[in-house]
Amino acid sequence: MSFRLRLDPIACDGRGICADLLPERIELDDWGYPIIDPASMTGVVLEHARRAVAACPVLALQLEIVR
Amino acid sequence: MITHELPPPAPPTAGPTLPRLLTAVGKQHTTSAMSLVAHRATYPMPPMARRHPMESYIAAIEQAGLRGRGGGGFPTGRKLRSVSEGGSRPVVLVNGSEGEPASAKDVLLMSRAPHLVLDGALLAAVAVGAREVFVCIERTHLGAVRAMEDAILERVQAREPMVPVRVVDLPPRYVAGEETALVHVVNGGEARPTLTPPRPYQRGVDGRPTLVDNVETLCHLAQIIRWGPAWFRTQGNADEPGTMLLTLGGAVTRKGVCEIPVGMSLHTVLSSAEPSEEIAAVLLGGYYGTWITAAEARWATMDNAYLRSIGSGLGCGAVVALPASACGLCESARVLTWLAGETAGQCGPCVHGLAAIAGGMRELAAGQADLRTLQDLHRWGGQVEGRGACSFPDGAVRLLRSALRVFNSDVARHVSHGPCTGARRAPVLAIPKSSGPKAWR
Repeated sequence: MSFRLRLDPIACDGRGICADLLPERIELDDWGYPIIDPASMTGVVLEHARRAVAACPVLALQLEIVR
Repeated sequence: MITHELPPPAPPTAGPTLPRLLTAVGKQHTTSAMSLVAHRATYPMPPMARRHPMESYIAAIEQAGLRGRGGGGFPTGRKLRSVSEGGSRPVVLVNGSEGEPASAKDVLLMSRAPHLVLDGALLAAVAVGAREVFVCIERTHLGAVRAMEDAILERVQAREPMVPVRVVDLPPRYVAGEETALVHVVNGGEARPTLTPPRPYQRGVDGRPTLVDNVETLCHLAQIIRWGPAWFRTQGNADEPGTMLLTLGGAVTRKGVCEIPVGMSLHTVLSSAEPSEEIAAVLLGGYYGTWITAAEARWATMDNAYLRSIGSGLGCGAVVALPASACGLCESARVLTWLAGETAGQCGPCVHGLAAIAGGMRELAAGQADLRTLQDLHRWGGQVEGRGACSFPDGAVRLLRSALRVFNSDVARHVSHGPCTGARRAPVLAIPKSSGPKAWR
């Protein structure tokens, strides 16, 4: 099964922890808010993604199943 | 609940020719709303149904090929069908917000032809099986609020069969008219957009499938049910049939709302509006729209198929002619500054990005920008696009990009020689007063 990231931009307040934990898929814009690469993930990258999701203090980041 | 059936099949020419909606608005010099009695002389109450009005109404709108007139241009029949198949009892929500400063058509329809709006909303309610209708109007549009409330009362007193209709007033904010924001208000929340999915047609008011349609769209819907899809298709073109309302402004003598068949030449529209001076560019779709050059306006037709090919669109039908004496960059900077202030303040890229873009445009307009500013503007556009919960920031980015493209020779001149003479002229695009940060209810 593969997953992709989904961001709730209303909840996100741009702490940027996710970009530190998952530079493969997340970069920050000029104001420190994450720009998410919606490509699907498996394996090691997915493991890093889970860590990034868990680390978000406002629960703005989610993993969704790619159908 | 009320159940109606289609009136007997009318010959395609039975309905009004042109104008259609503006005929329902009544004589131009009157300012009062059309009464129920006067309205019923043209729009008799459809007979009570015996069988399947839902299906016949939805099929009629699908055959008519009606598309939303609020800006999205989505096929109305498809929306009706999705809502009617949503599982639980749907709700109808009339979008009468008209937060777009360059548009006046929906307020005109509600103020002068409230019964046509109600016919459309109630027929849409029958079509999807809704037992509740909400009409959302900005509270600053007092005339429209009062006319709609009076019209509802008039029907109750005349004992017309109808489901409960409630007028809901909105704070005067641009994003309050975004469909998830409307649903949020009716549900008791603030007039700010919410995260999608779910979209309102899936889960809206009280968690039920909610049909959100613009005022003008519902007026067309009422006319299609009255005169049939074949009549509707006698104007406009095959892909985008019917007529549409435009709000004309800027450097034209005949400002205000007019009605055209979709697909009419923009040149014809502008010449009949009698330009008051040479036109340098045209803003299509209002402050949430896009600029096109005067040369493009010469050949454009007023339909989305053509306009999308030049990176523009009909939007809500607002058309503003920019006089050659004005500065398109100054006008765009002022509009973008206003748009930045209209953010719901929820999503970082919208809050910070639009403020940055507006700042860059103000520097450019004032002749204080350099090549670095231009690079920033392009990068910020890319960083903001698609990153809000709603599409509000995307509209601002579209306006920015169209301004940099259409006024590109002005951009070069402003960077190398400072502001042009147009910067000292009185502004063409009026900026509404900002309602302050706390007005979300």
